Order: sequence, then structure tokens, then C-alpha cells
Amino acid sequence: MTSANDTAATATTTFRPSGLTTDDARNVLPVLQLDDVTKTYPTSPPVHALRAVSLTVRPGELVAIVGPSGSGKTTLLHLMGTLDRPSSGTVRLTGLDVATMVDDDLAALRATRIGFVFQQFFLAEHETILDNVADGLLYAGVRQAERRQRAREALELVDLGSRLRARPTQLSGGQRQRVAIARALVGQPAIVLADEPTGNLDQATGGAILSLLDQLHDRGVTIVLITHDRGIAERMPRRVEMLDGRIVADTPVAPPQPASLNGDTPALHATPPTPRGMP
Amino acid sequence: MTTAGVITRRKLRPADLGRLASVGLRTRKLRAGLSALGIAIGVAAIVAVLGLSSSSQAGLLAEIDQLGTNMLTVENGQTLFGQPAELPKTAPAMIGRIPGVTAVQDTAYVPNIDAFRSQLIPSIDTNALSVQAASLGLLGATGDTLAHGSFLNAATASEPVAVLGALAAQRLGIDRVFPGERIWVGNQWFYVAGILNPAVLAPGIDTSVLVGYPAAETYLGSDGHPSSIYVRAQTDRVNAVQSLLASTANPQAPSQVNVSQPSQALVARADAQSALNDLFLGLGAVALLVGAVGVANIMIISVLERRSEIGLRRALGATKGHIRVQFLSEALLLSLLGGAVGVSLGILSTAVYAHTKGWATVIPTEAWAGGFAATLVIGAVAGLLPALRAARMSPTQALWTV
Ligand SMILES: Nc1ncnc2c1ncn2[C@@H]1O[C@H](COP(=O)(O)OP(=O)(O)O)[C@@H](O)[C@H]1O
Ligand SMILES: [Mg+2]
Repeated sequence: MTSANDTAATATTTFRPSGLTTDDARNVLPVLQLDDVTKTYPTSPPVHALRAVSLTVRPGELVAIVGPSGSGKTTLLHLMGTLDRPSSGTVRLTGLDVATMVDDDLAALRATRIGFVFQQFFLAEHETILDNVADGLLYAGVRQAERRQRAREALELVDLGSRLRARPTQLSGGQRQRVAIARALVGQPAIVLADEPTGNLDQATGGAILSLLDQLHDRGVTIVLITHDRGIAERMPRRVEMLDGRIVADTPVAPPQPASLNGDTPALHATPPTPRGMP
Repeated sequence: MTTAGVITRRKLRPADLGRLASVGLRTRKLRAGLSALGIAIGVAAIVAVLGLSSSSQAGLLAEIDQLGTNMLTVENGQTLFGQPAELPKTAPAMIGRIPGVTAVQDTAYVPNIDAFRSQLIPSIDTNALSVQAASLGLLGATGDTLAHGSFLNAATASEPVAVLGALAAQRLGIDRVFPGERIWVGNQWFYVAGILNPAVLAPGIDTSVLVGYPAAETYLGSDGHPSSIYVRAQTDRVNAVQSLLASTANPQAPSQVNVSQPSQALVARADAQSALNDLFLGLGAVALLVGAVGVANIMIISVLERRSEIGLRRALGATKGHIRVQFLSEALLLSLLGGAVGVSLGILSTAVYAHTKGWATVIPTEAWAGGFAATLVIGAVAGLLPALRAARMSPTQALWTV
């Protein structure tokens, strides 16, 4: 076991948004940029799930997207995560325009630059949590031994380093969601997208998950958190409010971030950009 | 732009694909086992049928080999007018003088004489048995053996004593030799001295009631002309002897003599596939088809049930191709597993049956190789549709929760 200090040190270097040099971070080149995005589901009658949504997320930000059920939050998350394409408008991820990419390249993009956390955890019950987390790298072309090594590190980061061989069924709901968060982090993605991550948890456990997201944010991880819970949104540095497929408020526009990156500059300068995912 | 970089598509490593293919098997063992069972049964049936027929053939050939392929049979043919021709009484002795002949024995069909269990049996119930006079060393030439009792000897040859062929004994209802056991032959009781085992090279003996030459003449009015002569030759001279047999047996009318090498006919028969094989092969094919439908069915259900797994994998970066190959491999694995169990079962049952029969176990390569090939094709065909369905599902559709 590593000491708390060691873990923190590893974490800062390992979970810096991947592929970003410190210069990029200073220039705050957006990780995610949505311009005038609409999404209409071709049902009858058609559902206008998103109407003219523009949104920019910069490296190191923690953004809460809050709105009532049916306001288009999940649709927005799917578009941000390249799981779906917009009806119109442009979606850029780490500078890449989704519209110009074929499905297989989008999949490769998800494999290396996007981490997802879902309300239902989606863990494989017959596998250890170590392998569940390691599967986060399965489609990124990483060998199994290295996948496991990095999964171990990610699980240590979410405080489950002592339960590597446990099955999801042996864990509490909060622990399971931490496993899912570790799986999202294991590939050092440019952005983590979490859709109602506390939706299946009680208040206290959900609070712990939010604290974990806070900690990750402090370490420089870029996170978009979706919630219908205003109380949760209040805790976040930036809140984007949605209603009927529109953004009705974006408060406050975060100042060029992140404090923690500046605080850790020595370590960051010492580490060259990781070759994984993006050269 | 630094962040844009290059996106590299990745293929799954073989080891990872293997692990993915076994997800369904590991999580739902019973279901996977049952769906593979159909294929296992089909393959087992096919392998066993082919294996059993090959093994029985090998067994028959071995038996023929043991009895010797050097026996030749001389039989009376027909005259130009279609009447049964007669072999001269001297024929056996003449044949015995051919160089290379090691044994000559003969039987003489006794016309118009039938054998019955008792004198009370109506005379039309002849059981299709024939009464034949036999020389005393007959068994040595034909390779037949006694099941019960003893064969004719110099003393009993002139007495009303009979030895029964295997079928003759069965049809007369005699399965053992008791002292005083007798049958009604002609107009006379004959004591039963022995019963033969089934004959291989001289099957005509099976349905015969054998008596001595002197007895046949004394009690049954036989003229003593031989009808079948069994000749053994030195193995390397079989062909030479065979070419001389007709003219030696009946110098006046060699064309009225039939000469044959029974082992050849038997080998030919052993090579012929029985019609029953086709029936069982057909049943095996039907079982395979049912197994294929079972696997396809399981895979379709599996795709429906594992929608969220598919959604998650797409979110983790799986392409449509990754999903397709995962489910296709799972179907292949399932069906190959069934095939492996089937081939093993088929070989095992063939080995057990062949063992009880004393045959060597022979599994033709095409049986097990064909079995595996069939399961590969079945897996691919059965898995294709479900795999395409799984891959076609959009990520958002797959992640949709009710
Ligand atoms: N695949 C779909 N087909 C048709 N309508 C959809 C689909 N997905 C979402 N919707 C509709 O789009 C609207 C926004 O849904 P969603 O993005 O799930 O909102 P939220 O996550 O905020 O509850 C809702 O009215 C929903 O019914
Ligand atoms: Mg939602």
C-alpha cells in the first residue's frame, strides 16, 4: 500500500487531462465545444430534445448541468460523448469536429479521450472490480498486464485499492459507483461525463461520490456532471441550467482554470505529455 | 492543433477476443450448456455412426484375415439345359493333387430330403434347411468351429448322426446338445452330435444338417456326388490353384463348375455402406440443425438481454465491428464446445461398442474433422444474425434504460 501522500502525488501526475501540455492548459483550449447544437428525435411528433445549445468546457473544469427530467440533459451528454450525432450544429472534442469523423473513429475517440459514468454503474458482475476497471482500456489497444496495472492505480485513487479481487455484488452502491468512476478515469480521458451518478444512491453515499468528483477536479480532471438535483448543482463551481432543450443559465462562467494545475506545476513540468491516446 | 492529434483505431487482441467470447458462457453456464447440447448430440451421432461402421468393417476384415483368404470354393454349376450339373466323385481327390493345395473337403447335397424337429411336424415346414453329406475334415477347410458337442467322426459317419449348422439349429429349436437329442431326417431319427458356430467363409453350411457320406448313402439314398468342394491353397499359389480348379474338378465340362474365393466377396460386402448408416447420419444431421437453431435462439436472446453491456462497450470505445466479432465469436465458441463434446462422445461410444464386439476402434478422419467443420459453419451461421443485430444497435439505444 502506498501512503496518502504518494497516492496524491501519483494522482496529480497520472490524471492530468491527457494530451494537454501545460501551455494548452494556460491557453485554456476547450476540451469540449458545442456550437448551436440541436437534436430532434424523428418520432411522431418529433421531439426537439435540444434547441440551439452552445457550450464550452475548458480543461480542468467541473461543470454541473442541471435541469428537470426531460429537459434534454442525457441527450446533451450523449452528444458530448459522441454516442450520437447532432441534428445540426457542431460538436468539437479536444478540437476534433465530430461531423467530420466516421463512426469507427468516434469509437476510437471514446476509447482514448472520454470517460463515462452512468447512473446504473453498468459493471460486469462475474468479473472482479480490477477487471471491470481494466475493461475501460480494452478498446484502447492496451495489453492486459498494463490495463490491470493502470486499473489498480485508478482503484487506489477511488480508495478501493484493497478490494481489487472483489466482485461488484460484494460491494455497496457507493463502492460500485466508485468502481465505475475508476473505469472512467483509467484511460486518462480528456473529459469525464457523468449522467446522474448519484441517482441510485442515498443522500450520504451520493455526497461521498460528489466529494470524490471534487477531489478529482482538484487534481485537474475535467468533469461534466449531469443532475436533476439543484442541491447537488449548488455545490459545483459552474452550473449550466437547462429547460426544454435550452440552456437558460450558465453561472458563473468559470475563470480560466485550474488552480490545482498551477499549484502542481513542478510535477507537471517534470512529466512529458503522455504518448497514450494522443501523441 | 496539439489536442486534435491523430485517432488510432485498434483491433482486439486475440486473447481479449477469447475472453470476450466466453462472457456469455461464464455468466450463463446452464443455458450455454443446454444450447450446445443439441450440437453435441448431432455431432456425436454422426461420429458414432461413421466410427461404428468403420470399426465393424475393420472387425470383419480382421475376421476374414484370421480365417484366411486362401480358401477357394468349387460348386456344381448348371448344364447347358439349365439342369444342375454333377461334379464327378473323383473331383476332391483330383483337386488334392494340384500343387499348392493343402486341404480339400467336400459336402454333397442330398436332394428331396428334409429335416424336422420331430415326425409330427408337417412336411411342408422345411425351414429352408438342406441336408448335406460332409467329409470328416470339413471344419479344418472352412475354418468353422463347433459351438456344442462334437463333429462327425469315422464311427458316427455311417450312423444316423447329424451335426447342425448354426441357423439350422436355431430353426429346429435346438440350442444345446443333450444325450439322446434327435431330429427327423428323411424317414429316420438322426441323433444330434454337435452344433456349429455361424460360418463366415461358407455361409451355406449355416442352414445345413450335416451327416456322414456313408450314412447319407445308407439312410437317405444319396449318390455321393459332391456339390461343394472347399479347397485351401498355399497363400502365394491361390491364383494358380484357382485357375486349375474348374478343369481339374470336371475335365469333361469345366464350364459347368463354379469357382469362387469367398473372402473376396466378403471384403467387397464389408466395403459397402449399409442403408442403416444413411438413416442415422440423417438423424444426426437433423440433430445438428436443431442444435444450430438452438444456438441462434440463445444468441438472439443474449443480445436482447445484454443491451446495456453493448451500450457500455460502445461507450468504452467499442466499434460496431468489435461488438459484431464478440457475439460471432461467442456463437462459434458455443458451437465448437458442443462439437468437441460431441466428437468425444462419438469416439467414446464407438470405442465402448467396438470393445464389446472385439473390434479395433476406427474413427475415420472425415468423421471428426467433418464434425468440427460442421460446428464451425453452424456457429458462424447461427451467430451471424444476432451479431449483426448487436452491432446495428446504436449506442444510445443500447444505453436506454426503462
Ligand atoms: N431516443 C429517443 N427517441 C425519442 N425521444 C427521445 C429519445 N431520447 C430522449 N427522448 C426525449 O427527449 C427529451 C429529452 O430527454 P433526455 O435527454 O433523456 O432528458 P433528461 O435526461 O433531462 O431527462 C424527452 O422528452 C425524451 O422523451
Ligand atoms: Mg437523463
